[in-house]
Amino acid sequence: MEKRVSKRLIGAGAISTCLVALTAFSVSASGIFGAEQGPLPHRDDLTLQDRVRVAEVLAPPEDYGVAQVFEAMAGGAATFTGTPDGNAFSRFSQNLSFEEQSDFHIGDSLFTKLWVSSPSSTQASDGLGPLYNARACQSCHLKDGRGHPPVDIHDSAISMFLRLSVPPRTEAEFAALENRELLRIPEPTYGGQFQDLAVPGLQAEGRMVIEYTEEDVVLADGEVVSLRRPTYSVADLGYGPMDPEVMLSPRIAPPMIGLGLIEAIHPGDILANADPEDADGNGISGRPSWVMSDATGELALGRFGWKASNPTVRQQSAGAFSGDIGISTPDASNAYGDCTENQPDCFTMASGVQERLGDTEAPDPVLDLVTFYSSNLAVPMRRDVEEATVLQGKELFHDAGCASCHTPSYVTSRHAESEAHQFQLIWPYSDFLLHDMGEGLADNRPVGDASGTEWKTPPLWGVGLTETVNGHTQFLHDGRARSLLEAILWHGGEAQNARDTVVAMATDDRDALIRFLESL
Amino acid sequence: MKLTRRTVHLILATSATALMTSSASAIDATPSAVLDTYADIALAGYEDSLVTAEALDAAINALVANPSEATLSAAKAAWIASRAPYQQTEVYRFGNAIVDDWEGRVNAWPLDEGLLDYVDASYGVESDENDLFTANIIANERLMINGAEVIAASITPDFLSGTLHEAGEVEANVATGYHAIEFLLWGQDLNGTGPGAGNRPYTDFDTTNCTGGNCERRAEFLVALSDLLITDLEEMVGNWEDDGAARATLMGDESAGLTAILTGMGSLSYGELAGERMKLGLLLNDPEEEHDCFADNTHNSHYFDQIGIRNVYSGTYRRIDGSVVSGPSLADLVAAADPALDAEVAGKLDATVTAMAIMRARAESIEAYDQMIGEGNDEGNAVVQAAIDGLIDQTRSIERVVALLNLDAIEFEGSDSLDNPTAVFQ
Repeated sequence: MEKRVSKRLIGAGAISTCLVALTAFSVSASGIFGAEQGPLPHRDDLTLQDRVRVAEVLAPPEDYGVAQVFEAMAGGAATFTGTPDGNAFSRFSQNLSFEEQSDFHIGDSLFTKLWVSSPSSTQASDGLGPLYNARACQSCHLKDGRGHPPVDIHDSAISMFLRLSVPPRTEAEFAALENRELLRIPEPTYGGQFQDLAVPGLQAEGRMVIEYTEEDVVLADGEVVSLRRPTYSVADLGYGPMDPEVMLSPRIAPPMIGLGLIEAIHPGDILANADPEDADGNGISGRPSWVMSDATGELALGRFGWKASNPTVRQQSAGAFSGDIGISTPDASNAYGDCTENQPDCFTMASGVQERLGDTEAPDPVLDLVTFYSSNLAVPMRRDVEEATVLQGKELFHDAGCASCHTPSYVTSRHAESEAHQFQLIWPYSDFLLHDMGEGLADNRPVGDASGTEWKTPPLWGVGLTETVNGHTQFLHDGRARSLLEAILWHGGEAQNARDTVVAMATDDRDALIRFLESL
Repeated sequence: MKLTRRTVHLILATSATALMTSSASAIDATPSAVLDTYADIALAGYEDSLVTAEALDAAINALVANPSEATLSAAKAAWIASRAPYQQTEVYRFGNAIVDDWEGRVNAWPLDEGLLDYVDASYGVESDENDLFTANIIANERLMINGAEVIAASITPDFLSGTLHEAGEVEANVATGYHAIEFLLWGQDLNGTGPGAGNRPYTDFDTTNCTGGNCERRAEFLVALSDLLITDLEEMVGNWEDDGAARATLMGDESAGLTAILTGMGSLSYGELAGERMKLGLLLNDPEEEHDCFADNTHNSHYFDQIGIRNVYSGTYRRIDGSVVSGPSLADLVAAADPALDAEVAGKLDATVTAMAIMRARAESIEAYDQMIGEGNDEGNAVVQAAIDGLIDQTRSIERVVALLNLDAIEFEGSDSLDNPTAVFQ
């Protein structure tokens, strides 16, 4: 089913070539900066003196017996240092000014705002749908944290949905993918996303069906872990059968913390870890996702979304407003969201556009404020960084090769747009690159540079607070893993060796590794 | 905020030494006594909300039995009267999970008007069409709601709470509570930034000379909404009675209880009222980005929110019958430890009440709240902004109270540990 677009973009190819040069100055070669230019030559935002300091602070730990300096402050000066409770992911970056805190709160109210169907008297609050998955950002990003699959047949699928696409079949479609006008070809009737809700008077698209089969994995110490393997389908289709070649990909809402800091990472720091042809022969490639930036009209590095399909928090937010809630913004201005020409009833519904307020349903400054809010949710401080078991687990994390993709730390750019995000030492544990994760996790649905088996390394910060915030421990893009250990065991492809190392671990070591993850 | 047992002792010790200079009421200002007062005011506030909702219910029954200009006006007046005590309880919503979980049923906003009853499809100023949108529950016994078919042969409180407004679901359509009743009494406010509230004719409930269609179902809907509101308020009154769940939770942990009071004051002042309800409306210049939009009662709803904030600080609530509930208060606790801070908080709360009162007076004499936040209305905008500024300013002082009562932070600052785990790379 997978038809990957194999031709490389000229721009991307050129950048990949420079990478080979960049990696020669990899930060892991700490202290040995052979060239005159010093370490991190791509950091055009830093003085030589700063580059040396940054390279030192980013170097892998030499002594696992003690925590690294600054390690606990996972989000730098933005870190939330209070006692983590159910609101641990909902705090503002702690280095915001009082005025910025006010913008954060107003953005928060828009993030939690329930949008209503048109027409209504609340003209700035209507425009929902016509087709939608959720009525508020917060409905999926529960407590600004992680969504989950429906608990049972009676549970709604609010914080999870299916993306839809078909393989390119016409020359125009191939061209659109090639020049990145599109990252995927939408299903002709149901569009790019399967909306299971609709405004009054309109048929919904149908419902997502998940079936699980349990499979046992036996670990070296004899422990048996059962993995649930999902299969996805659709039922009660409201607009006739889907295209026979349709590709479904389930997605849960990822946590919202630290997004502005991720955007503030210098692109060169991410590209420095890319190794698309696996030149170093470690079995791990790591490819950047190049996507079209709405802001500049040029290719930019994708950082957000499970397949790194969006370069900025703003673009990700505009996409979610449109696809998930059916609200148009200046950046995604179609009031009918994901309605297609094969759903004519959809276009007979009232839109929420009010010329008096602007030409979209959520005119400025709504998207500005939601973007500001989404960029400034603080990363909680780590717990127990000095605990012996946590430190043991951290060493095992590095030894097993987890850190090859889950890159621990970065120092953000001094040129980041927001002062609160500038020059912060942060610990997201991701390289923000695409990796082949094997057939087990594959959705077989390519998006842009990401093939049907590739996923972006998701950040791990805050992962240990999932239960505290969201009351569950379900991980991966579709929440199939019911524990951190299950999540590790699903790793395949480029991560197969790391996964196998964990399977082979002694019980104590494995427990220590999990303890470390829980401290993030 | 974490208040340890030692903190409580500290406060008690401090209040003992402050006795000679402080007012006599401080004698009784133990955290437990302060929480008692707070719970008593909650009970009185929800009882008053219930009494006024029952009066509203009687007026609605009279309207439905005998629709006329007079019975509709009486129902509207009863609705406005019912908002005054209710809004003073909003300060309990933040900090008391049991209230917050329940609040969406009675006070959710904005409303899915088009789901309930006809709305004007012209929608705005561009179109001269005046079609009525009819994909709504009053006009249809069978309707697609949330993309699935719903059958409503008759509209009952059970149907509203169980089907239309699914309890506990994040995704519930907003179809019950004060604002749904408000919409059925007033109808849409189609005046934009011009003067005037919603203008529903009483004949919308007149089964013999019916306007707007489906008058019988509309009346049935209104009665069901009113019945449901009473049931919901009865539940909350019960929660604050002597053996009620909200009171038990509050009294179960004194430090958490004091935190609940301050969380309620701070969150309502800052994020909710100053941010979401007021600043957002000014930013968007949306005439209906207000709270009681159909009735043009937003000035009162904001004003009574602020009165509620002051009530829980001062430990005093004036009931609808004029009697006063009062007792040892948070103000007494603060005064015992830091009289200057108490004066500061009290002064700022009063200043915001004054700013809100100016806004309220303007709404009742010069222009409605939705006109005040209109684009280009500098004078009106400034009046609203002054109230916002007051709310933000009082929040800073509320934060100082949190700090004052927070022994953990004081201990941490005074620690002689050389480790500073919160240091960051610079």
